[in-house]
This record gives sequence, C-alpha cells and structure tokens, in this order.
Amino acid sequence: MTDMIVLIEPLIPALRRYARSLMRDRSAADDLLQDCLERAVSHWHQRRDDGNARTWMFTILHNLAINRLQKTARRGVHLDIDDASDPALSGRPTQEDGLHQQDVLRALKTLPEEQRNVILLVSVEDLSYAETAKVLGIPIGTVMSRLARGRERLRQVLEGEVNNKIENGPHLRRVK
Amino acid sequence: MNNSPITEDDLHAYVDQALSTARRDQVAQYLEQHPDEAERIASYRKQRDQLRSALAPISEEPVPPELNLARMLDSARRPRFPVWRSAAAAVVLLAVGLTGGWSLQTLSQPATGGIIALADEATYSYQVYAGDKGRPVEIKASDQDSLVKWVSNRLGHNVSVPDLTGSGYRFMGGRVVATAHGPAGMFMYDDDNGTRLVMLTRAMAADKNSPMLSQSAGLVQRISWSKAGIGYSLVGPLSTEVLNPLANEMRRQIETNA
Repeated sequence: MTDMIVLIEPLIPALRRYARSLMRDRSAADDLLQDCLERAVSHWHQRRDDGNARTWMFTILHNLAINRLQKTARRGVHLDIDDASDPALSGRPTQEDGLHQQDVLRALKTLPEEQRNVILLVSVEDLSYAETAKVLGIPIGTVMSRLARGRERLRQVLEGEVNNKIENGPHLRRVK
Repeated sequence: MNNSPITEDDLHAYVDQALSTARRDQVAQYLEQHPDEAERIASYRKQRDQLRSALAPISEEPVPPELNLARMLDSARRPRFPVWRSAAAAVVLLAVGLTGGWSLQTLSQPATGGIIALADEATYSYQVYAGDKGRPVEIKASDQDSLVKWVSNRLGHNVSVPDLTGSGYRFMGGRVVATAHGPAGMFMYDDDNGTRLVMLTRAMAADKNSPMLSQSAGLVQRISWSKAGIGYSLVGPLSTEVLNPLANEMRRQIETNA
C-alpha cells in the first residue's frame, strides 16, 4: 500500500482544486474528495495496471460528482460551480490580478458544465486530451470540440464583459 | 516533416503546449501570417494563464486532516472489532471446542483432511481475505508468475491459475495460506460489482479423487472436488446455480493444463 501513498498523495491538491469547481462549496468539494480517496483505498487492487493513477483518480472523482449532482438534482436543488464571489475560489491575488481572476472565473461559470470540465482538466490540471477523454468517458474528438467551443465562448464572454463594464459605468473601468 | 494543413485542433494543442517542436514552429509561422487567428489564440492563452493563476491558491491550501491518505489507509487496515473482542471470542470458541470437540469427534469424522475439510478451509480463507479491503491478496495478478512459482514451490506441484474473465470475473491475485493439512494456494477473483470469489487448492491425503460437491455454509456456497490427489474448493456469496458453471470452467481449465 505504500505504492499507493507515493502515487496518490501528490495528486490530492490538484484533485481538491478540480473538486472545488465541480461542487458548490469547499466543504462539499472536500467531502467529495474524501469519498473519492476512500474508494481509491478500497479499490486499489482492482486498478488496471495499464492505466495511470492520475487518470484513475480524476475518473473516480468525476463519476462520484455526477452521482451526487444527479441525486441533488432529483431533490430539486440547483447546483452550479462556486459562486465567483466565494472567497474559497478567489484566492489571495494582488488587486490587479484579482480583477482578471474574478472575471475569468465568472465567465467560466457561464459555460455549460461539459465545456467547463474539459477546459479545467486540460488547461488547469494539465491532463492530455486522451486522458481527459478517458476521465469524462467521451471520445477524444468530443474533447476537442468542447474545448474549442468552451474557449471561444469564454473569450466572447470576457471581451463582452469588458465592453459592458465600460458602457455601464465609469466607476468599473479598469485602469490599464 | 508534417506539411498537413493547420487545424483548429493544432491551434488548441499550441495553446496547451502539446505539439511537437516541428509542428509548433509550423503553427507559429502560420499565426505570424494570420494576425486574426493569432489574436484569437493569444486570447485563449491568456484565459488559460488567468484560470491557472486564479485556481492555483486552492491547490496550495494545507490539506485538511479528513483528506489525510495515510490515516485513511491505517483505518482501512485496522480490524473492525477491538482486539479484546476478538480475544474474548477466541476464548469462548476454545471453551466450546474443548468441551464439545470430544463428544462431536465421531460425528465429524469425514473432515479429517478430506473434501469437507478442504471446503471448510476454503471458507475460512474466504472469510478472512475476501473481506479485507486493504490487502486481500499478498501477490497481485500483475505479478502472477511469481505467485504461481511461490504456490507451486510450497505445494510441491505445479499449479495454474484458472482464467474466469470469460465469465466476468477478474483474477486479483493470491497467497499461500496455512491449513491443518499443510500449505494451500489461495486465489481470489472479483467482478465489476466487487463480488469476490476464493479458490483454495492443496494436496489431498484423503478423498484423492472426489466428484464435485456443492454445500452451503452460512452466507456462502462452496463447490469442491479433487483429482489425482489435488483438491480444489471454490467459495463465493453466490447460489449453486451461479457458482457451479464457474467451478466447471475452472475444472476444465485445470484439467486441460495438467
């Protein structure tokens, strides 16, 4: 089992970050990850040796999140990515960076979940396209098209937002 | 040299730094000649950087105790009942064994190393190892060769591991276990639902050639047989109807390999 510690422990911070984007808040995300780790402990021997541990862990996390979201959806509570104003997501950036980061997280929130997940796995978690396809259980071509649509939409939202701000009120204008 | 036209996929792989050096240079050259595309790709790069720096602080937060993997592994390994309870149970069983054992001795005569004893031993192995979350097997399926070698050496004859993938069961691995009748090889299998099966094999001093015998023991069913002095017993939480074809398949493979 020591091989498990060596392989899984370094992944925890990244898994936590992805979980935070999947769930509503920090405690739900950590709860999800705790479930994921427990499952990994009890299924470690069933892991196929051909797969890599990172893809395996992200897959478990993703599937657990889907199960939870479906259950919650059945109960009628609307779930979405963290509110961008949630301090849990905003980190501690400098003031100038902070404005951009709030923008990009808010824009990310407007994307359909399927595009958002691809963008996060590829752009933030550095999974290859093939690994992302495996985690999400979709063909690699679907990964590419979601990535393309997601990035384009994010760009339009971000650029649109800048324009809106300038139109809507000078007090929001950013000094470049 | 790849001279195929630049695709949208190439542009994204450029953003993600996933291209070969040669292809990356081609894309860079293409972007120099197409300023509109270059602007779009620069914007994708920027959102990627912004996302990474916006989300980086989460991965830098200290990991809370409930996500401590080493601790989780520890508690998975720890027995479910406190040790003193197991010890107390052992004392009770010993007392029952001492008082009841002599009077029942004549009744349990067939169990002296024969096929019933083998089935019991297989059931004990199932009870101890199949429920083990952390380390059900000593040597995993990935290291099947050294497992087969180990078991064969201890049993004094060549063993082979039946393959049940055609019936939906994966081989997980196994170990040598102790029985009252010498060392035995224990092999474990599971299916996608996590249902585990245990197969125990050892040399037989009695019942050297026994037809297949199916018995239930508590929540499990066991099917046992022996041939040419080697006994086999398959145990699982399944009905005879389900377990029997699996045992048949095992026997068929063992006899083919013999």
